[in-house]
Amino acid sequence: MTGSIRLVKDELRPPGPPPKRHLISVADLERDDVERLLGTARTFAASLERHVKKLPTLKGHLVVNLFYESSTRTSSSFELAAKRLSADTLNVKSSGSSVDKGESLKDTALTLGAYDPDVIVIRHPQIGAPQLVARVTDAHVVNAGDGKHQHPTQALLDLYTIREELGRLEGLHVAIVGDVLHSRVARSLVQAFRLVGIHCTLVGPPALLPRELQAEMTTDIAAVATADVVYVLRMQSERMQAGSNYVPSLREYSARWGITPERLRPGQKVMHPGPMNRGVEIDPRVADSVDSLVTTEVRSGLVVRMAVLYDVLTGGPVGVRALAAAEVA
Amino acid sequence: MLRQKEGPGADLVIRGTRVLDPAEGVDAVLDVTIEDGTITRLEPGTADRDGLVLAPAFVDPHVHLRTPGREDEETIASGTAAAAAGGYCAILAMPNTDPVVDSAATLGALVETARREAEVAVGFLAAITRGQRGEELTEMAELAEAGAVAFSDDGLPVASAGMLRRALQYASITDRLLALHCEEPSLSRGGHVHEGAVAAELGFTGYPSVAESVDVERSLSLAAYEGQPLHVQHLSAAESVAALRRARDAGVRASGEATPHHLVLTDEAVRTLDPNLKMNPPLRAERDRLALLEALRDGTIECVATDHAPHASHEKEVPFEAAPFGVTGLETAFAALYTHLVEPGLLPLEILLERMSAGPARVFGLERPRVAVGARANLVLLDLQRRRRVGDEPFRSRSRNSWLLGETLTGAVALTIAGGAVAFEPAAVAA
Repeated sequence: MTGSIRLVKDELRPPGPPPKRHLISVADLERDDVERLLGTARTFAASLERHVKKLPTLKGHLVVNLFYESSTRTSSSFELAAKRLSADTLNVKSSGSSVDKGESLKDTALTLGAYDPDVIVIRHPQIGAPQLVARVTDAHVVNAGDGKHQHPTQALLDLYTIREELGRLEGLHVAIVGDVLHSRVARSLVQAFRLVGIHCTLVGPPALLPRELQAEMTTDIAAVATADVVYVLRMQSERMQAGSNYVPSLREYSARWGITPERLRPGQKVMHPGPMNRGVEIDPRVADSVDSLVTTEVRSGLVVRMAVLYDVLTGGPVGVRALAAAEVA
Repeated sequence: MLRQKEGPGADLVIRGTRVLDPAEGVDAVLDVTIEDGTITRLEPGTADRDGLVLAPAFVDPHVHLRTPGREDEETIASGTAAAAAGGYCAILAMPNTDPVVDSAATLGALVETARREAEVAVGFLAAITRGQRGEELTEMAELAEAGAVAFSDDGLPVASAGMLRRALQYASITDRLLALHCEEPSLSRGGHVHEGAVAAELGFTGYPSVAESVDVERSLSLAAYEGQPLHVQHLSAAESVAALRRARDAGVRASGEATPHHLVLTDEAVRTLDPNLKMNPPLRAERDRLALLEALRDGTIECVATDHAPHASHEKEVPFEAAPFGVTGLETAFAALYTHLVEPGLLPLEILLERMSAGPARVFGLERPRVAVGARANLVLLDLQRRRRVGDEPFRSRSRNSWLLGETLTGAVALTIAGGAVAFEPAAVAA
């Protein structure tokens, strides 16, 4: 074939593959996505009550858990979520891997990408690490926490927990108390609460409330009084080293902003993403009270992460019937 | 003071082109004759090509050539080739290299290399303090004799007020300007992004605008007290601009520069988490950008400076927080500002040309590139209709950490004549 080359206009080109589904930030989600994910999680929760808890749904898929920060809850629940769905899992931690030899994130991602994983779950101390992994691999990327930026699955599991416990989301009032400045959980929650119509108040010492954050903020701990849920953030001791002066001392912090039984009214629910510093941001009596949802959050984490893995790979809602069909297959 | 390699003097006639030299008061369609690198005739012509403008070539008062130490990122040859492609006939290189340019020996070697390799004239700044450590003054008199055009600790502030005062006092005997990177480290420490709504939402430690403006205020106070001139580099904050304006109104011999990226972008751009949008000072809020634009328009800011800061690709292909500060800019400065400021009617072309050429030459005491009979040809031919996508053609710079990658810009350099020699001529024009 010689002669002129026919130029095809962009709109006439065959459509390329749809963009990969990732979960990097709550900002990527619409209200419908949240509803679908929470619904899927509920379906999986029902399946976990059966005698045989493993579902064949993601059989033959590979989920890589790439963790550059220590983690108990998040890493164990992602691993178990993948296993409950029959996916193969590969857990890579920065210590003991080539990262110790100075390998860059790009090269580590390329190396793991060579195994053609379907999903890479990444936790990294630096903002933007999940985007980099998404750029250099073909995998669906799920952010399990990047620096102070985002922890979207934590926000989803907290929404799930609140709905299971209080029966609804819209119209509730949640007070988030503590070191908002350094908290990726708080950032993700503020966006998630806005998405579902939860009224949110941020409470903490002046230097730990981010300047110009688009949210209701106050330094007055009395603001927790009207909240349906008090969400307590961890005081990160590494941030509170002498000389940083965000607060004069942890002692002063607990006296002013610590969540004690005296600051709560009966029936007010208390949440905490863990790990807790008992006696600092949360009084042990509160942590162990019947109104504490801390262990419920951990249980929610498993089913919500199952839902997230399922959702990024299939891109659609999961119904009970579809699930049953998958079990037969 | 400036050095470039010997090139054959250009012999050519540029016919029927709009010639625009605001500082010289020229705006006419002329035939410009250049013989052996000198402008010999300016005669009325008839316009035969639309959208072409011949102007004095540009002068960049703020470039990082990474030599010595990081020749993988830029060399004098590659950096000056990039400058020529951007329409520049002269650039000033910062001394924050490895080793720092703080001795006559290091400076002398650079001047020699420039004489052999530089495609356009290069001037070198020397450090204000040894090793840029902020503790001891460099031997400024000897450095000035060895060719230092001015002094700067750029990359770092002169953190101690007492040290800056001594520097202002001593620099007076050298007749050289101090160019200051203003930053109060106790306010900027750990900051990657302007402290504002975007940093708050993304979780970045904020680098507040007040970290710059308190140091600008303090430095200007010292310059006023000592009666010495001062140049403030890469202004980014509205409060800094206001301080500069007040100081100038009060008679302080103070000048300032702004970069194309601070004039075009705000911190909203950082939402992409692209490390090619990370620089120091950081992109700031819209009110800061508008203050810079207003100051550029009214002359409070006399210079456009690229702060061209090449980085190796592997150093920028990391998460935003791990990436070094700095973006390239020599090859795109004019097109970026023409596209984003001149075309939409926010800045007259004449003012842009003045701030990119005569302004920086005046501030740093350099010979002003001009369109006049008898002047050495330092000219740029601009094609104001040509559009091209940044990154489609290879960069002349050794690095490609441009903040404009993939963006289509209007306004291309069609010819650069630097020091009488043709320094850049794209293939399309040669054909």
